[in-house]
Amino acid sequence: MTLALAVFLASAVESVEALTIVVAAGVSRGWRSALEGAAIAVAVLIVLVAALGPALVYLVPIDVLRAVVGTLLLVFGLQWLRKAVLRSAGLQAKHDEDAIFKKHVDALAPDGGPPEGGATASKRGTGSKRGTGSKRDATGFAVAFKGTFLEGLEVAIIVLGLGGGNHQLGVAAAAAGAAVLVIAGTGVVVARQLAGVPENAMKIAVGLMLVSFGTFWTGEGLGVGWPGSDLAVPVLVGTYAAVTWLLVRLLRASARKSPQARETLHAR
Amino acid sequence: MQGEKPLIERWLVAFGKFWWDFLVGDTPELLIGVLVAIGVVALLVRAASLNSVAVVSFPALVIVLLAASLSRARQAKR
Repeated sequence: MTLALAVFLASAVESVEALTIVVAAGVSRGWRSALEGAAIAVAVLIVLVAALGPALVYLVPIDVLRAVVGTLLLVFGLQWLRKAVLRSAGLQAKHDEDAIFKKHVDALAPDGGPPEGGATASKRGTGSKRGTGSKRDATGFAVAFKGTFLEGLEVAIIVLGLGGGNHQLGVAAAAAGAAVLVIAGTGVVVARQLAGVPENAMKIAVGLMLVSFGTFWTGEGLGVGWPGSDLAVPVLVGTYAAVTWLLVRLLRASARKSPQARETLHAR
Repeated sequence: MQGEKPLIERWLVAFGKFWWDFLVGDTPELLIGVLVAIGVVALLVRAASLNSVAVVSFPALVIVLLAASLSRARQAKR
């Protein structure tokens, strides 16, 4: 259950980032190419997971797999957690999907500048007719493919890591698929309100789970006998969550004393 | 198209760059720290047979590592 939730949240966060790029490509260069690029990227990722997953699970000894996968999850999880804590404490600007959307739309406009009516107007569907084009556009396809593939590759690594390390590849793949469907479905309805997704809170939750599973599996791979076996995972999650909460509070208090960090806090 | 690198070379470079960004990025201390922590835990479990010490020290090392990396980021912001 914890594993499925971790994969679901991680996949949801990455899907939001991919969706931002796909919507920007669709609005700027036409939906057909953007959707084709995203769909082909998803298909390639599914083939990758299907090809590598069973090979990992059945050919690599479980202790080696857990040590390697656990190390990857630990490093990746610590990176997520660090960034999310810095954002929560106001020491780093929050991930602004609206700003990223505008940047992509402006960059994708054929003349290099913003499309007619600007990115915001295009987002509302009142700007350029490029957003309704049905012809194939190589740039729109490439940007949507690359954005979806790179964000999806991180999901694939998490699915292979969490699923493969515990011989629950099917559960992990299903959780990732559900997250992609939920975000894609939500995107259809509220594609213009991506900034409303509580991404940082999700990032902290995912970071905590990745670090916890990473610690647990790396330990198992090294021969550590965890008290209570699998029950050690929720204990690790709780311990890391308490420490994270404390670190956010300490950093936030310290950030109030720094002029540069105060600006970041006030800008939010 | 003179000077353009072969496709396979570009793919290899992109593949290497992805893993470098994925594992190292702008926080090399996290990768190094995790590897050191793994080394310490491996020594405790395999060489010294101190399982209970490893159970406590592994999460503790991870917490110290996170706090140190955040402190480094905090210093950089000053």
